[in-house]
Amino acid sequence: MLKSISVRKSQGTQYIADLRAAQPAGFRSKPLIADTDCKIGCQECISACPSSAILVAPVQIDLGRCVLCGDCAPVCPSNKISFSNDVRLAATNRQALIVTNAHPNIDPIKVSNELRKRFGRSLKLRSVSAGGCNGCELEINALGNVNFDLGRYGIDIVASPRHADAMVISGPITRNMVEALEICWDAMPEPKLVIAVGACAISGGVFANSNTLDRRFLEKVQPSLYVPGCPAHPLTFITGIMDLLGIDTR
Amino acid sequence: MTSLHNTSHMLSLSELLAQCQQGLEANFVLMSLFGRTAHPDEKAGVIVTAVLLQPGTPGLTPRVLRGYAEPGQRYPSLTSQFPAAQIYERELWEQTGLQPEGHPWLKPVRYEGARQGQMGDYPFYKVRGAEVHEVGVGPIHAGVIEPGHFRFMCHGEQVHHLEIQLGYQHRGVEALLLARHAPERRTPIVESIVGDSAVAYAWAWCAALESMADQSVSVATLASRAIGLEMERLAMHLATLNGLCTDIAYLQPAATYGRLRTAVINASQRACGNRFGRGWIRPGAAKPIGDALRQDLLTTLRAFLPDFQEVNSLVCSSRSVRARFQGVGVVSSQAARDLGLSGVVARASGIALDVRAAQSDNFFATYPVPHQTQSNGDCWARMCQRMQEAEASTQWLIDRLTDPTLNLINTPDPHAPGVASAAWALQPHALCVSWVEGVRGPVMLALETDTTGKLIHAKVQDPSLVNWFGLAMALRNNEISDFPICNKSFDLSYCGNDL
Repeated sequence: MLKSISVRKSQGTQYIADLRAAQPAGFRSKPLIADTDCKIGCQECISACPSSAILVAPVQIDLGRCVLCGDCAPVCPSNKISFSNDVRLAATNRQALIVTNAHPNIDPIKVSNELRKRFGRSLKLRSVSAGGCNGCELEINALGNVNFDLGRYGIDIVASPRHADAMVISGPITRNMVEALEICWDAMPEPKLVIAVGACAISGGVFANSNTLDRRFLEKVQPSLYVPGCPAHPLTFITGIMDLLGIDTR
Repeated sequence: MTSLHNTSHMLSLSELLAQCQQGLEANFVLMSLFGRTAHPDEKAGVIVTAVLLQPGTPGLTPRVLRGYAEPGQRYPSLTSQFPAAQIYERELWEQTGLQPEGHPWLKPVRYEGARQGQMGDYPFYKVRGAEVHEVGVGPIHAGVIEPGHFRFMCHGEQVHHLEIQLGYQHRGVEALLLARHAPERRTPIVESIVGDSAVAYAWAWCAALESMADQSVSVATLASRAIGLEMERLAMHLATLNGLCTDIAYLQPAATYGRLRTAVINASQRACGNRFGRGWIRPGAAKPIGDALRQDLLTTLRAFLPDFQEVNSLVCSSRSVRARFQGVGVVSSQAARDLGLSGVVARASGIALDVRAAQSDNFFATYPVPHQTQSNGDCWARMCQRMQEAEASTQWLIDRLTDPTLNLINTPDPHAPGVASAAWALQPHALCVSWVEGVRGPVMLALETDTTGKLIHAKVQDPSLVNWFGLAMALRNNEISDFPICNKSFDLSYCGNDL
C-alpha cells in the first residue's frame, strides 16, 4: 500500500493540457522547402527518397507518402529542404498533404458540423493493422496513455467493430489482410468513417511498389481523415481528430 | 556481429544437411537455414545456406554452409530429429519449393508468392473427441495489435493445442530490399521491417553493407549505435511490462510504465528526430551525441531509474501478480533448446545466448551489458527477465554517458551534407551474415552479391520466426484465459515473421 502511494507520488501529473500547443522537442516532422533555386537537372532528393514522395521543378513533398526520414535534406546541393517539429500534418483531403514553397502548410482542417453533431462527444475507434510494422500501432496505443489521454474527449479504442464509429487503418493493406479488413468494415454500424494513419495506410509508404498489396478498399471508401507520419505522431493524430470534430476549439 | 563469406564454395544439399546434422548433434545452435532460387547466370536450382553457432565460446564465429539443390528436390527432413529446424524447413519449402520429407508440420509460414490471399485455406490440426471444442481468435484482436489468427483446441477449459496462423502482415520486404535504390539508401525501408526494432535492423543492415564494402566506422559511431539500441530495448521492454500489467488489470503500474516509456522514447526523439530511433543509423554514420544531448539523456535516465525500480518492486511484491504469472506458460529449458528458441524468451528459460555478449568485433565486447537468465521459463520469469534487462541497459547507458573517455561526437551525422552521397562498391561473390541483439533477440540479415558486387539476395530473420512456436507450446495444458499473459510475456513480432 505504501509502495503504491509512493509510485503514485512519483507519477505526478502527466497529461498534456493543451494538445494543440504541444511541440515535441527534436521531432523531425513537417518538411520546409526554401525559396532557393534548384541546381538545373538535379534529382538528388528524388533518388534519396525511399517512398517517391518528392517531385521537382518546383520541389514538392507529398506528406501522404513521406516517411519523414530526412534523407533528402543532406543530399540537396541547394539546401532547399529542412524539417520542423510542427506536428499539425493531418488533413481531410488527400491533395492538402502536398507541401511546396508556395504552399508550406497543410490546409487547416475545417470542422465538420455533421461529424461534430454525431461524434463530438463520443467517438469509438476500431484499429485495424493491415501490414503495419507496429510503429503506428504503438503510437495509436500511446494515444490512451497518461500523457495524451485521448479518453478525456470521449474518444476510445474499442474491442469490437460493432461498437465502433471509425476504423483506424494502419499499414499498407496487404493482400493477406484485405479480406479481414473488409469483414471488419462491414461489421461496423452506420454512420461510420475511416481514418488512415501513417504513410503506409495513406499511400503504401515505403511498400507502395510491393506486389503484395491490395489497396482497392480505399478506392471504395475514402478516408475522412489522413494522419501522416512514419509512424504517425500521437499529437498529429489527436489534434487532427480534435480539429475535425471541433473539440476544444478556442 | 558480421560474418563475411566467399560464396564460391558449394556443397551438395545432402552434404550440407549431413554437416547440419553433425553440428546439431554436437549441440550447435541452428541460427538459420534459408534458400533462394538460382539467378540467371547460375545453374538452375536452389542455393541453400545454413548458419550454425557453437554456444558458450567467446568471440563466436558462425559456421556458414552453402549447398546446391535441384529445383523441387526432396530431402529427408531434419525436423523429425531436431524440432528447431521446423520453421526453417517450412520457410525453405514456401520460398523455394524444396520438399522436406517426413516434416510433421509442413504448413505455410506467411502465405507469400503464389499463396497470397489464401489465408482461409490453412490446414489446421483437428482434435477430435467428445466435448472437444475449438476457439478461433483473430486475425483482428480486441486491442491495438498486429493481426494473427490463434486457434485453441480445448477440452473443457484445458487447451490441448494452440495453432498460430500468421502471414497477414506480409509486405514483401525481402524483395523490396533489392529494388530501386542504391543499397546505401535503403535504410528507411529496413527501419520499417519491424518498426519497434528500427535501430536493431538499421544497425544489422548498415554493418552488413560496411563489411561488404570494407568500410570501417569509428568507435564513436559504434558507441552511438549501441546507445540507440539500448534505448530501443529499454523502450520496448517498458511497452511489454505495460501490456503485462494491463492484461492482469493492474492499472497503476501499467500507467506508470506508460509514462516511463514516454520519457525514454521522447529522449530518443531528441537524439535522432524520431521516437522509434529512425534516422539514428545510416551506412557509415550514426547520430553524434554532443555534450548538451549527452547531459539531456543522462538527466532523463537518472530520473527514470529510481522510478522504474520502484514500480518494479511494487509489481514484484504483489502476491496476486505472483499468483497470476508463476507456473503459467512454462517453457522448460530443454523445450526451449529443442525448439531453438532465442533471445529474451530463451534467456527466461535459462539459455544464456545473447549476441551482444558474443560479439568479438565491436563495442559490446569492450563494454559488456551484464545479462542474466531465469530458470523457470514461465510468464513470471519472462517478466522478471525483461525488468532485469531493462535495468541493466539503463545502468549501462548511464555508465557510458558518464564515461569521460568515451567520445560520442566523432561520428558522421546521418543527416549532414556529404555523408549519404558516397556510393559503395560491394565485394563481389560474397555473403554477409549480420546480427544485432534486438529487444526480442538476434535480428539477422544475410546479404549476398553476384559476380559484379550487385546485391542479389536479402534474407531477413526476426527472432520471432522461431519463437512463435514456443508460444504455441507454452500454452499447452494451460487455459484460454492464460493466453493474453502468455502472448504478452513473449511479445513477439507479427510483421517480423510475415515480412
